[in-house]
This record gives sequence, structure tokens and C-alpha cells, in this order.
Amino acid sequence: MTAHLLRFEGVSKRFGERVVLSDVGARFLSGESYVLTGDNGSGKSTLMRILAGLDAADAGTLEIDGRKADLRAYPEWLRGDIVYVHQHPYLFDTSLAANIGFGLKARNVAAHERHQIIAEALAWAGLGAVAHVRPSKLSGGEKQRVAMARAKVLHPRLFLLDEPTANLDREGRQRVLELIHDLGQGENCVVVACHDQELIQLPFMRQLRLEGGHLTAVQRYPTKPISARQAST
Amino acid sequence: MELVAPTREAFRLLFTGDPQLWRIIWTSLYCSMIAIALIAPFAIALGFLIAKVRFPGRRALVITVQGLLSFPTVVVGLTIYMLLSRQGPLGFLHLLFTPEAMIIGYMVIAFPVLVVFTLSAVQGADPRVYETARSLGAHKLLAAWTTLREVRFGVMASIFNGFGRVVSEVGCSIMVGGNIAGLTRNIPTAIALETSKGEFAQGIALGFVLIALALGINAVLSFMQGEGGMT
Repeated sequence: MTAHLLRFEGVSKRFGERVVLSDVGARFLSGESYVLTGDNGSGKSTLMRILAGLDAADAGTLEIDGRKADLRAYPEWLRGDIVYVHQHPYLFDTSLAANIGFGLKARNVAAHERHQIIAEALAWAGLGAVAHVRPSKLSGGEKQRVAMARAKVLHPRLFLLDEPTANLDREGRQRVLELIHDLGQGENCVVVACHDQELIQLPFMRQLRLEGGHLTAVQRYPTKPISARQAST
Repeated sequence: MELVAPTREAFRLLFTGDPQLWRIIWTSLYCSMIAIALIAPFAIALGFLIAKVRFPGRRALVITVQGLLSFPTVVVGLTIYMLLSRQGPLGFLHLLFTPEAMIIGYMVIAFPVLVVFTLSAVQGADPRVYETARSLGAHKLLAAWTTLREVRFGVMASIFNGFGRVVSEVGCSIMVGGNIAGLTRNIPTAIALETSKGEFAQGIALGFVLIALALGINAVLSFMQGEGGMT
């Protein structure tokens, strides 16, 4: 039986007069993968950025491992537990290894341990052949895989991937899909925002849809209730 | 005006290691480098904060700092002179007409240059740099450092420009340094003095040094930016 990993509720966000998120809530189960769909401008990225602490919500709370966080003022202890990967990931202007090890270094992981983890991550992402190539020379798919490896080494509870397959060729998309599947295998959870029908239709994906500022479950599979009121129960 | 003989004499002074000439060059380099080293951390931090943080009065601060770029250096010198003079509030420090007074003046002159160039570099940085660092668990200081590292060519440009501004500065140097031989006489004040005496050789030699410094700094900067563009 899958365990409850994370719950957020009452998340609201407006930009000026435009309400993007209105009292949104959901709970995610560990070992599950979710796909977040919705039209352009429906608030998918905004919701992910709020959950990752990159934007402040107007209201809302998040609970993980029994600890509650106010999403108006994101707590430092939550960073690294929830990792957001941009649609076009930014790779630092340094080596691939240093990119993947960035978060580990921020956590003061010892150098010898870090090198071991980085080597494993490079192999996991199939990047061994390009390990010595400068990040700016990598293809879009390779950059996406570096970003996923960089997130994976931190063992976050929640991966937030924003349009990870956008603008990738068939082979690049296939490899990224395999990694997404792999990321959701452990105790953590993966949420992918996308329009990619192939990704949406994957059998292991639970689908959530953002529309008119509200989050609804697409009942392809039995899912847990996701309204704010239900999420709080 | 005869230029060949003074120019030949200038090269002789430079390459025979004339102690008086090299003392002047050393004073210029020492005061400029110490001033930049002391003020750069604060100026770069302020440039970063202004670029990244929205706060009341931010716009006014940007306008003020940008305005300071064109502030006459002689007025900076005058202000520091009044502060450091015997009757001034800082007169008890006995710093007037010392290299330290010149360093203080240079710090004031270089400050807006460093702030504005850093501000511009950080504003031009990809916002995903800071966000990525934060999302990967970096605390604010590390994320800020990561951003500065990503725009290091812009930050280096701010340092070089600040250095270029102070190393060639005359007004403040004369006001607070006093152009004392062997102590506070630097390249620009020596050129002004020697030229006024009709002694062109040393002025030309020092002029070559200043030009070489300017070209060298630009060459290093261009090389680094070229490398940056290649990554």
C-alpha cells in the first residue's frame, strides 16, 4: 500500500486581478507519479514553483512528514526536499560533475562521497560518454537528463518536472521518459507538468488537471480526493 | 616641440629601473589595488542586492549611484580633504597627505563604478541560475555567490573599470595625497607635475605605463569574455 507523502491545501495565487490558483489542494502518495495538465497559462508552472519555494503563494500550506510549512514564506528546511526542474534546465557554467554535485556540495557532502555519487548519477542518466563535455555543448535532451540526475542525487521527496519532454526529439524524449519512470520508483513522488500526450497516457501516471484556477483529478484510475477540503481530512 | 629625445629618455628611465619612476608606478598600483580590494566586496554585494531585491527607495538608490559615476573626482577629494583635515571630524586620524587618504578617495570613486557594473551584470543574469541553486538546497548566500560566478565576466569588468578609473585619476589624488615625492606621488599627478615643469621624459614614460595598463586590462578582459562566450 502506498503511503501518504505530502499534502498541500488552500493554495491561492493571483497576479494583479487575474486569479491563477484558487484554494488548490492535493495529496501525493510516495512511489507514485503524477502528470499535471492544463492549458497554457492555467497555472501549472505557478503551482510547481510555489511548491518548490521559487514563488510565494498568497495563501496555502504544505505538510510533509508531519511538518507543516506556510507557502507564503517558504521554510529553508523544505529546500532540497522538493526539487523543481525547469522546462529548459539551467546548467551552471562549470563541469557536468560539478553541476550534478552542486546540491551535494551545498549539503556539505564529503568530496570522496560526492565523486562516487556523481559517477553513479552520470551512469544512471546515460551521460558517461559526455561527462567531459561542457554543459553548453549538450543537446536539450542531455541537459534535461543532467538536470534530472542533479535532482536525483539529493534524494528529494518530491520531483517537480516542468515540461521535461518539450522540444525533444523522439530518442531524447524516450530516454527522459525512462528516467521519469525510474525517479518515481522509490519512496518519493514525481509530478510532471506537460502537454505531451505520450507522457500523459503512460499507464503509471495519475493525471491531475488545472482549469480555471482549480485542480481536479482525471479519473482514469482510482485516485485520492484532491480538493482542499478533502485533502485536509 | 622636441618629442624624440624625451621619448628615448622615457624608455631609458623605464627599462633601467629608475627608482624614482618605479616608486611612482608602485604608489599608483598599490593605492589602486588596495582600494579596489577593500571596496569590491561591499560594492559587488550592494550591486547584487539592488539587482535582486525589491525594496522602497530602490529606484532612488539606483539613480543616486548612477549619478555618482559622473561625480567630479576633485569634489570627492575636496570632501575627503575636509573630513581628514586637522579641523575636520576625522582629523585626529592624521591621514591627510598619506597613501591611506588616497586609498579612501579611490574607494569612494570606484564604489559607484563597481555597483553599477555589478548591478547591470546581475540584472542580465538568467533568473534560472538563482532559482536552480535555491531549488537544489543552496542557502541565499550560496545562490547569490553562484549567480555572481555565472556572471563573473561582468563582475570582472566592474573591477577592471573601477581600477581603470582610479589608476588614472588626478583630482582626488592631488587633493588628499598632496603629490608628495616618494610618498603620494602617483602616475597621473607626476605626469601633471613633470609636464608643468617642461620635463617631458618622465611624463611620457609614465604615460606609456598608463597606456600599457589600460591596454593590458582591456586585453585581459577581452580574452576572458572571449573564453566565456566559447563555453
